[in-house]
Amino acid sequence: MTEKIIIAGSGGQGIMLLGKVLAESAMEEGKFVTWLPAYGAEVRGGTAHCMVVISDDEIGSPYIDRADTLIIMNKPSLNRFSPRLNKGGIMIVNSSLADPKESSLNIKKYPFTDMAIKLGNIKVANMIALGFYLNNRKTVKVKSVLKVMEKMATEGREDLIKINQEALDAGVKLKDG
Amino acid sequence: MDKIYAHPKSLRNIQTHYCPGCGHGIAHRIIAEIVDELGIRERVIAVAPVGCAVIAYDYWDFDCSEAAHGRALAVATAIKRVRPENIVFTYQGDGDLAAIGTNETIHAANRGENLTVVFINNAVYGMTGGQMAPTTLLNQKTATTVKGREAGIHGYPLKISEMLALLPGVKYIERVSLHSPQEIIKTKKAIKQAFSNQIEGIGFSLVEVLSPCPTYWGMQPKEALDWIKEVMVKKFPLGRIK
Amino acid sequence: MSGNEAIAEGAIRAGCCFYAGYPITPQNELIGYMSVHMPENKRIFIQAESEIAAINMVFGASAAGSRAMTSSSSPGISLKQEGISYIAGAQLPAVIVNIMRAGPGLGNIWPAQSDYFQATRGGGNGEYRCIVLAPSSVQESFDMMFSAFNLADKYRNPVIVLGDGMLGQMMEPVWLPVAGCRLPVAVKKPWALTGCKEREQNIVKSFYMHEGDLEKFNLLLQKKYAQIMDSEQRYEEIDTKDAKIILVAYGSMARIAKSAVKSLRAKGIKTGLIRPITLWPFPVKAFQQANRQTGEQANYLSIEMSYGQMVEDVRLAVCGKARVEFLGRSGGGVPTEEEIIKKVNSIK
Repeated sequence: MTEKIIIAGSGGQGIMLLGKVLAESAMEEGKFVTWLPAYGAEVRGGTAHCMVVISDDEIGSPYIDRADTLIIMNKPSLNRFSPRLNKGGIMIVNSSLADPKESSLNIKKYPFTDMAIKLGNIKVANMIALGFYLNNRKTVKVKSVLKVMEKMATEGREDLIKINQEALDAGVKLKDG
Repeated sequence: MDKIYAHPKSLRNIQTHYCPGCGHGIAHRIIAEIVDELGIRERVIAVAPVGCAVIAYDYWDFDCSEAAHGRALAVATAIKRVRPENIVFTYQGDGDLAAIGTNETIHAANRGENLTVVFINNAVYGMTGGQMAPTTLLNQKTATTVKGREAGIHGYPLKISEMLALLPGVKYIERVSLHSPQEIIKTKKAIKQAFSNQIEGIGFSLVEVLSPCPTYWGMQPKEALDWIKEVMVKKFPLGRIK
Repeated sequence: MSGNEAIAEGAIRAGCCFYAGYPITPQNELIGYMSVHMPENKRIFIQAESEIAAINMVFGASAAGSRAMTSSSSPGISLKQEGISYIAGAQLPAVIVNIMRAGPGLGNIWPAQSDYFQATRGGGNGEYRCIVLAPSSVQESFDMMFSAFNLADKYRNPVIVLGDGMLGQMMEPVWLPVAGCRLPVAVKKPWALTGCKEREQNIVKSFYMHEGDLEKFNLLLQKKYAQIMDSEQRYEEIDTKDAKIILVAYGSMARIAKSAVKSLRAKGIKTGLIRPITLWPFPVKAFQQANRQTGEQANYLSIEMSYGQMVEDVRLAVCGKARVEFLGRSGGGVPTEEEIIKKVNSIK
């Protein structure tokens, strides 16, 4: 099994973090994994994306031409990456900030940003999206993600772990969009 | 009978490759005497420049490194950081320190590296055949300013010591000259101060030495000394700058 | 851990005591990591005023006996060439990391392998060689730093670790040996500048003024290079024994080539891979062996993120005994697995 995921949005939406949490969870489970960020001048314009490949086998390219999953958190990312979805792949869209014109079975949308505001922290939209992704693709176990979150949190910020875990949980519980 | 004079241990007793009337020989000797007097021969590490003094290590009898043209202070920075217990100095000409190596000079000074710099200013490029130096005076004729240096075309003589004095990392700067025995004594005192500063951990110390180049000034050795005294010191005034 | 961080951590554990560098994308995580962890381990870190200053600081630190390194990316490495030439000429050990980006000029920040010639042929003035190591995973980036410093010390020669933006930026799991082994390695360096206590003067220099001296010295260098060529060729080979087509790729390009070999084998196409780990010395032995095993029946395909640089070494290595094809992209583009498969199909 090899799963290629592109995560894209704007700076400040926790795009890199979403990818890192997913990648580290895969590492936690002993899988092969690569995480490749967009870097340099490209991330200065306010957009951000990263590419995560998770596999049971050695990984060739960390760069993803055609993705099995797209997690799209804003409109510019939708325009840029939607043509790169593999046949049979899924696209998860943050409908608070992006509105895909076409509707098809493989597009699954929820207003992650609005939901995060309701939870009390706009910044956890990324974790709701991650939870929803895990609901759709069983790439890694939710248990592993929770473990990674605890490891990554800086000391004294247990409150942050709590809200991120709540957000993840909210995402996991969403019905298949 | 007391021995009141001897050849410095740190200076090899061999013939140099310098031209008659050149200031490098005097400057080399002064440094060797100071190294002996301070008893630091076994601790000192010199960084030689690219230029006429490129083989200074053949004359000094202590550890020496070469450096690419202009990079002596980058090399010296690293040596001193790796070996803070050693006494590290650079010996650089005007082209090395104030043209191709200006960046390294300013930043080593600005970091306040605890180094000693002996800066030989003879207002000309000696090794390559007498071309204009950053310190060449206005109207001074050189191989690349055959009608004399013109401010509008070639810029002004660069007073890098005064520039460096502005930096908080710099602790001591003095300009001295080799044009007379009295001035040579002052030169030795200033360079000794710059070494003592390093030993005491005071910080970046630089001595600018006005030095004769009769060959490329097109003068007799005596004339060259007079030219320093009458012309060069007017643009590069002697004394403590910082 | 990213490739850049793995290189930095590997260097620290391999006993690197001195680092000087200047920021440039895509290797900023390397200098960033060093700025924190070198001082933490009581090592020296200097953010230099330029690439030129940084490489000359490495010259000085190495002359003073320290294990020293610098890192940069392509345009910055161009600036360091003068210093590398001096280091080679003064026979100083040093490690230089180049996380390549696309050029020429400012180019862009995307991965490329277009500095192959510069790294393997010398790069600066005069005739000299750097040992060039090319890791292809984050783990190997970490591990290779030990070899890099050891080879540099063993031969008193600059060693270039040649990665690219993809390798530097990507994160992969890395297995680190038990912590606590971050001790500087003691290597005897009787030539180092330490102050001439109880010994003759030491001089570190690349300048030989008297007639005949430089020629003598250069012959000495050539002898050293011949010895390195003989004993330090490193490579990985996969499925070459019965291969009809042997792919040749290094660094991150080799990962993609490896995937292509697997896919092609699954379709019954007998494909193999030679992955040079040392780019200089180029692993000629791998090609001689493959030629022997395949009875000179295999063709080669050099795959690069450049427009045909390593392919010249492949041609020299096979010595006209096999067909050598080329596939390459540069300027930020990376040949994909599909492109490789298509090319292989067009050859067979």
